[in-house]
Amino acid sequence: MSERAPDKPGMSIPSGRKMPREDRLKPPDWAGGRSAAPNDGGFRTIGKRNRKLEGLAKVTGRAVYADDLTLPRMLHGKLLRSIHAHARIVSIDASHALALPGVHAVITGRDLPSYFGIIPWTEDEQALCEDKARYVGDAIAAVAADSELIAEQALRAIRVEYDVLPAVHDIDTALAHPEWQVNEKASEGNLSKHVLLEFGAVDADLEASDVVVEAEYWYEGSTHAPIETHCALADYDPTGFLTLWSSTQVAHYLHRDLAKVLELPTQRIRVIQPTVGGAFGGKSEPFSLEFCAAKLSMVTGRPVKILHTREEVFYAHRGRHPMRLVYRTGMRRDGMLTATSAKIHIDGGAYSSFGLVTTYYSGQLLTAPYRLPAYRFDSTRVFTNKPCCGPKRGHGSVQPRFAFECQLDKLAEQVGLDPIEVRRRNFIGEHTRTVNGMRVTSNGFLQCLDAVEAASGWRDKFRRQPYGRGIGVAGSMYISGTNYCIYPNEMPQSAVQLKLDRSGRATVFCGISDIGQGADSMLALIVAEELGVDLRDIRVVAADTDLTPVDLGSYSSRETFMCGNACLDAARKLRETITGTLADRWGVPRGEVVLAGGQAVWTRDPAQHAMSIQSAFQAAESAHGTLGSVGWYQSPKLGGDYRGGTIGASPAYSFTAHVAEVACDEETGFVKVERLWVAHDCGRALNPVTVEGQMEGSAYMGFAEALFEEQTYKPAAVGHAFGLHHGPSLLDYRIPTSLDTPEMSSHIIESVDPEGPYGAKEAGEGPLHPSVPAIANAIHDALGIRCDRLPFHPPQVRALLKATDARAAWERARTSQRGVRAGAGGC
Amino acid sequence: MLTVPAFTWSRPTSVEAVLAEIAGTSRDDVLLVAGGTDAVPNLKHRLHEPRRIVHLAGVRELRETREDEHGLHLGALVRLSQIAGDARIQRDYPAVARAASLVASPQIRNMGTIGGNLCLDTRCTYYNQTFFWREALGFCLKKSGTRCHVVTQGKRCVAAHSSDVAPVLIALGAQVEIANAAARRTIAVEDFFVGDGVHNNVLESGDLVTRILLPAASRGRRMAYQKLRPRAAIDFPMLSVAVAGSLDADGAIEALTVVVGALGARPRTVGQLDAIVRGQAPGEPVWEAVAQAAHKQCRPLTNVPYDPDWRHDMVPVFVRRALRDAFARPA
Ligand SMILES: Cc1cc2nc3c(=O)[nH]c(=O)nc-3n(C[C@H](O)[C@H](O)[C@H](O)COP(=O)(O)OP(=O)(O)OC[C@H]3O[C@@H](n4cnc5c(N)ncnc54)[C@H](O)[C@@H]3O)c2cc1C
Ligand code: SF4
Repeated sequence: MSERAPDKPGMSIPSGRKMPREDRLKPPDWAGGRSAAPNDGGFRTIGKRNRKLEGLAKVTGRAVYADDLTLPRMLHGKLLRSIHAHARIVSIDASHALALPGVHAVITGRDLPSYFGIIPWTEDEQALCEDKARYVGDAIAAVAADSELIAEQALRAIRVEYDVLPAVHDIDTALAHPEWQVNEKASEGNLSKHVLLEFGAVDADLEASDVVVEAEYWYEGSTHAPIETHCALADYDPTGFLTLWSSTQVAHYLHRDLAKVLELPTQRIRVIQPTVGGAFGGKSEPFSLEFCAAKLSMVTGRPVKILHTREEVFYAHRGRHPMRLVYRTGMRRDGMLTATSAKIHIDGGAYSSFGLVTTYYSGQLLTAPYRLPAYRFDSTRVFTNKPCCGPKRGHGSVQPRFAFECQLDKLAEQVGLDPIEVRRRNFIGEHTRTVNGMRVTSNGFLQCLDAVEAASGWRDKFRRQPYGRGIGVAGSMYISGTNYCIYPNEMPQSAVQLKLDRSGRATVFCGISDIGQGADSMLALIVAEELGVDLRDIRVVAADTDLTPVDLGSYSSRETFMCGNACLDAARKLRETITGTLADRWGVPRGEVVLAGGQAVWTRDPAQHAMSIQSAFQAAESAHGTLGSVGWYQSPKLGGDYRGGTIGASPAYSFTAHVAEVACDEETGFVKVERLWVAHDCGRALNPVTVEGQMEGSAYMGFAEALFEEQTYKPAAVGHAFGLHHGPSLLDYRIPTSLDTPEMSSHIIESVDPEGPYGAKEAGEGPLHPSVPAIANAIHDALGIRCDRLPFHPPQVRALLKATDARAAWERARTSQRGVRAGAGGC
Repeated sequence: MLTVPAFTWSRPTSVEAVLAEIAGTSRDDVLLVAGGTDAVPNLKHRLHEPRRIVHLAGVRELRETREDEHGLHLGALVRLSQIAGDARIQRDYPAVARAASLVASPQIRNMGTIGGNLCLDTRCTYYNQTFFWREALGFCLKKSGTRCHVVTQGKRCVAAHSSDVAPVLIALGAQVEIANAAARRTIAVEDFFVGDGVHNNVLESGDLVTRILLPAASRGRRMAYQKLRPRAAIDFPMLSVAVAGSLDADGAIEALTVVVGALGARPRTVGQLDAIVRGQAPGEPVWEAVAQAAHKQCRPLTNVPYDPDWRHDMVPVFVRRALRDAFARPA
């Protein structure tokens, strides 16, 4: 994709080019820093096992999701989708559909011609394809009708004349046939993005290595499959004001793109995110249904709702990119890494989505927790005639992490070292810089390794179990938000308005997007800690563009770090106001007034000076007027000083280690993951329950990709073209059930980051990464085969067992290990 | 959400009333619904587009079970969860209980019936898809199209028989009672199925399955059921093996039936086993011979997910496992 300047007024500077300004906004410094407890004597709410705010509403069915909403006179919309993988749209005749009783409107690409896209440099999508459909399922028209059934009948009555084009179905075809151009916005052929970055003398260092391992890996694509399918309800009123409720995780970006595509002023649009039933990255950009619901409402003058079927979620997709990764990695005999070279091809599907970032992430996020002395990656994303890939939990870095951690396992075997020991020896350390210029602050990776090694009984198991049983390890790192906004600007990345009420209630207003991870609750915990308010007396008003200040949304694991910091500042400002008021009134030093447990007290003698929080708020309001404050977060200048050097730069990184134990059935190829030990450095666990939930959910998702999930397409055959999804349903797209899921033990490691709110970093995505390679490495320990291609399902494992002398490889691995144990006195 | 098409609906309360309602109708016009766990998804996918639905749930007679000298009679509406949990079935016909317990999930077993399981529509990855998907495919000859995507030169649909319980019923020599407005007849479950994926049983329009008989003679035989599925729940069989046999007074094999499911339109009874097994001592050498015979006779296709060559390799594995299971247990 060519990086032309976005055609938005006042936004001509590509963010990837320009470094953030040194003198950008700086959040306040607080005595004791951000990681310290507000009161002496430690934390009272933070770190305790608290329920999520919305938990009860969800389990009792009271939570309101987008599809629960109905408005008077509401119509139901549906999208007509292309039955061809690649076809010119010659004509669309909607007259028969419009003639059906109960059908109110049909719109096509001509009604919404503006291009949009989440990354301003790659706006290559239209709400409805105007000239060309690019995959089976691409949206080309939309109808509004009295009921879903009538809308469906209307779809069948629309006549589309197609001119079918040759379809590009994989990476190699995309490169071999630039003339079959999938996406006309590509700078050339089917090239979506190419990144080549080199740090250090890679070739020379590889040459000088004692051992070099080279292998090709294949990471199959997968989709997010949230329980709640996408849903949008639009209501355009006669004053020209549009309200859109949508199951999104980026209300702010949606707000901007709605204005652009619908040609409405931003300030006359309100976007509301109701309770979301899971997203995992699958709702982090605008989708056709949102624009179409809005446009249909504008056309009909009635509210219009569009709900994706499960099948449509597979077409909307934006899931994990399939990647082909070739790694060359060198090591010295003592286990120290020398150089790494990666050549990566990324299958992007039909559009760009976050692909520019994905292409950078495929290389930029590999440079910790191990020190890579020399490193090169050469990544190419191509367009193909398939649903568009995008960010899925662990965006862009899960695939290279899989490959690299398998490389480490192979290298450890070659130099005869325990794979945990190899990882320890290469630890990059804390408060340091990576080879590609990323600043690393806190780093608890060694403690993560220690925890999983001890808990799993590693030393008694690795290379010591009978054939068929095995254990494997892997590590990883991930970002806690990125250091700049998707569209270039100097405004805060996150903001909070905090309002205190005479009743004793606190209300937090924030654009934060809770998609089930507990983001709203996180804000409440911070307010409770700072102001001593009972958790039940805190309300969080979130993700409503009319009511809440901007937060960029739930992606890149940014909410706790960025919104948390914004909230911390807002709450600390009010805490100072209140404690100051009481200190003056009581004639005691400020530092001796504590707000905690619903009370304001003088710490020296609570019997002498104490009052309820409600009275404290009233005292402060009497002294200062109405109580409110704002807090915001803007990350410091970060990243390497080169083109693309800010992509992957994060104010703090989380670290994870996994050990997986497997039992394999040699006869069938079935792999059963019996247990996953997960240790994760989240900085500080603001609520251990939700951190463990994220760790388990992540590890589960990785495990699912390792063994089950694949977003694949039927091969072309007589009578039908390539491009049909293999089975767009939860029967054929196999997500493991509770019975398939391994036991998991979570070990929280707290490195306490100096810049995170109370030292917190992230927990939502990092813990996914090591699942896949840990399982692959465990399968090797069990069977002597290297699973370099995902998923490791039974036919694939059986095929590897048949094709290789697995038993001999298994024996060899043990001998190499024993040799070292005997020689060097073990690890 | 996927919608169901428009239809009229009735809920008669006796077998006679059902038979009267469906007499003289065509199969495309009327759809019988028992638990609905197969019928409703198929309606949503527009695989069935009936004018009328006759819901059987109100017919008490079809819920009854009874035991007599012929064996155990199960009404067509007896639920799979009931069969899986029934102590008598677990004792006398353990493979039936086992097969029923391996269907789908607890919720589906609570709704799904034995009659519906027997009459389950055949399945194929090119067929059990939405209308949109099949339209993009160009349909297939089981419904609305002219071509088969599994056997591309074939003129016949080979969609897979996918009921878990039916192979066991065949192995045990179970019978099925079929009623219509004119008469009731009883046939062997083995003869109930025909090798046509479009409509894989002998039911004519106007017919209703009323009862299944587990024969007294099979009570306590050596029996087992093995199912190949990727996940430990939900998944239809990708291969299934039912075995039933008996030993003579000397402990030699007297009879053995092996039935393999999820291949083509009807379950396959492995042929010519008598010569291999009769009079032999049960044990690995015989099991291996039986497994190899099954491997030769069974050819998995791409109608069912997962690599057919791998599934072919799994035939002898699952036959061996079923045989070990069946004969390890005391009679
Ligand atoms: C997610 C999912 C997973 C599944 N997994 C499995 C599985 O692993 N194994 C398996 O065997 N099945 C599976 N099924 C299919 C189904 O749930 C079961 O086979 C069940 O037993 C069907 O019974 P029912 O009463 O719900 O049938 P219905 O859906 O009511 O009917 C099924 C068919 O039988 C006909 N029919 C029903 N009763 C009679 C009767 N008395 N006389 C004549 N015709 C009749 C109907 O007209 C219809 O064509 C699954 C279904 C789903 C949705
Ligand atoms: S076997 Fe052939 S005809 Fe039958 S359902 Fe499958 S594709 Fe259609």
